[in-house]
Amino acid sequence: MTAAVRAKASRADRLRLVGQPVAVLLLVGGVLLWAATRDLDSIEKVNLAPPKIVRDTWDHLVISVVVTALVVVVAVPLGIAVTRRWARWAAPIVLGVATVGQAAPSVGVLVLFFLWTEWEGLWAAVLPIALYSLLPVLRNTVVGIRGVDPALVEAGRGIGMSAGAVLRRIELPLAVPLILAGLRTSLVLAVGTATLAAFVNGGGLGLLIDTGYKLNRSTVLITGAVLAVGLALLVDWLGALAERSLGPKGLR
Amino acid sequence: MTEHTGVEIRLDHVTKRYPGQEAPAVDDVSMTLPAGRITVFVGPSGCGKTTTMKMINRLIEPTSGTITMGGEDVLSMDPDKLRRRIGYAIQQAGLFPHLTVAQNIGVVPGLLGWDKSRVADRVREMLDLVGLDDDFAGRFPRSLSGGQQQRVGVARALAADPPVLLMDEPFGAVDPITRGNLQDELLNLQSELGKTIVFVTHDFDEAVKLGDRIAVLGPRSRVLQYDTPEAILANPADDTVAGFVGAGASLKQLTLLRVRDVEVDRDSAVTASAVDSVADLRTRMTGRGAQWALVLDRRNRPSRWVHARDLAAATSLAAVGKPVGDSVSLKSTLQDALEAILTEGGNAVVTGSRGEYLGTIGLETVTAVIARLRDEHAEVES
Ligand SMILES: Nc1ncnc2c1ncn2[C@@H]1O[C@H](COP(=O)(O)OP(=O)(O)OP(=O)(O)O)[C@@H](O)[C@H]1O
Ligand SMILES: [Mg+2]
Repeated sequence: MTAAVRAKASRADRLRLVGQPVAVLLLVGGVLLWAATRDLDSIEKVNLAPPKIVRDTWDHLVISVVVTALVVVVAVPLGIAVTRRWARWAAPIVLGVATVGQAAPSVGVLVLFFLWTEWEGLWAAVLPIALYSLLPVLRNTVVGIRGVDPALVEAGRGIGMSAGAVLRRIELPLAVPLILAGLRTSLVLAVGTATLAAFVNGGGLGLLIDTGYKLNRSTVLITGAVLAVGLALLVDWLGALAERSLGPKGLR
Repeated sequence: MTEHTGVEIRLDHVTKRYPGQEAPAVDDVSMTLPAGRITVFVGPSGCGKTTTMKMINRLIEPTSGTITMGGEDVLSMDPDKLRRRIGYAIQQAGLFPHLTVAQNIGVVPGLLGWDKSRVADRVREMLDLVGLDDDFAGRFPRSLSGGQQQRVGVARALAADPPVLLMDEPFGAVDPITRGNLQDELLNLQSELGKTIVFVTHDFDEAVKLGDRIAVLGPRSRVLQYDTPEAILANPADDTVAGFVGAGASLKQLTLLRVRDVEVDRDSAVTASAVDSVADLRTRMTGRGAQWALVLDRRNRPSRWVHARDLAAATSLAAVGKPVGDSVSLKSTLQDALEAILTEGGNAVVTGSRGEYLGTIGLETVTAVIARLRDEHAEVES
């Protein structure tokens, strides 16, 4: 990258960093204001009552956060494992399963999981959504660790670091930027897919969308959809912040 | 050189066969690397230098054979602990980009469990040793020049004061001037530290400059010749070594030959004492057909060159002519002599141990030596 291109990119970056939350505020604030000033019938009033909106949004966030935690806990160690010499053979299999998991329609995964387990509620939503959002973190962990210069790994071993120390102190820190980027993508996927949780009684903003659609109340439908979009953008913005502040200093 | 802190390294019938390869990369190598000395592995690309070196710190496990370090069997030690006792410096320095210079240098002391303040002291000491300011401590490798990174690499390798230092083409990626400086610094360091250093390069000049001993390696790391630089330059073991020593060998050998090794011309120059009469000197010069004469002082030391022209107007020899510039002694190298000849623009004066005049050495003498050396090489090669 030339300096000019990089400067341009970083200017665009900075602009987004400020612009994105402002856009979210305007969008969400605008829709809420619009909904509040309309003539609402009783169904709409029940569904758009502030405590109800707050609860649905909160549920949505909880699903997303639990999914993300699950993804991190599963995908990062799995990604590390398949870059170790003793498990390298498993890398294509693991990545293959994750790719299939993501390629399958998310509704399909959710419904199949429901039919299979007959669970309802939070976990019935979280597990299939987590499977669906696993790939970005898994793939970026693998790519990030594989991308570390082998000479650095050898230098680490050569001066007396154990394999574990090299992983902890060299490979992982250098892979952090990519892992965070994957996490951000996963999180955005999770927030989007969490709208489907409503199908299995998992709550969330999907409830508003579902109700609005089934009962033909477009105010409810639009409010739910816009809130979901706003939440995804907000989460993406937080991810960008994290990428900026958590990446290794010497590489910036 | 101070007392050696280094230990002897011994390779005994060491072989390395990479899986899936017919021929071994290192084939039955035996070598003793003396304690506290620099041993250079030199040889063409792919001959197995790196493989041989990495077997010493077990980054590569030998297929067979034994390696000892100070009498201890390397192959029966815990590899991580072994490596903390062996400094390791590589091309491009291999510094960790996300760690500061201080953190990079402090890695091995940290692994050895030193407390923080001791590590910090050591980092400062190491920076000083390799000629970098304290300000460098907090900087990241990316913000350093190649030469500075290499210095940090050496500092990191030496931080835990290991008796042995392995260096794999550590100066291969820097410009020639910086490389020369780094080499000089390494020699200075070594004269203080007396480590056992194994240095890999494919640059024979670097090997001659740094090595106390040079191992010229051929395919499969076969030891073609293992000797002092002088001996290898003067007497390449075979054609391959001679070829590797290269066309510049005669010139390189000028640094190894001394003035005392060649014929000094004892009476080529007309000499006079400062108190001699001008007319007398003029007669002698005309008699010998000489343009120049050398005036000696009372203790027989060369002081000035006088040209026949200068004598026409002169009344005494005390102040005529131009002072003798560069002179050489019997201990000077022929390289020094050549330089003196070129700066003097004629024969260079040779003096004895007390500065007394012995004779002169001329360009013909040096050229004759070069010609002789070249002939010797030609014989070896034909
Ligand atoms: N990990 C490896 N697996 C298989 N073969 C290898 C491996 N490392 C080196 N070799 C082979 O062993 C031989 C010696 O390699 P080595 O790296 O020791 O050479 P070298 O003398 O250091 O070369 P250079 O001057 O280019 O660094 C080469 O033919 C190389 O292809
Ligand atoms: Mg090599």
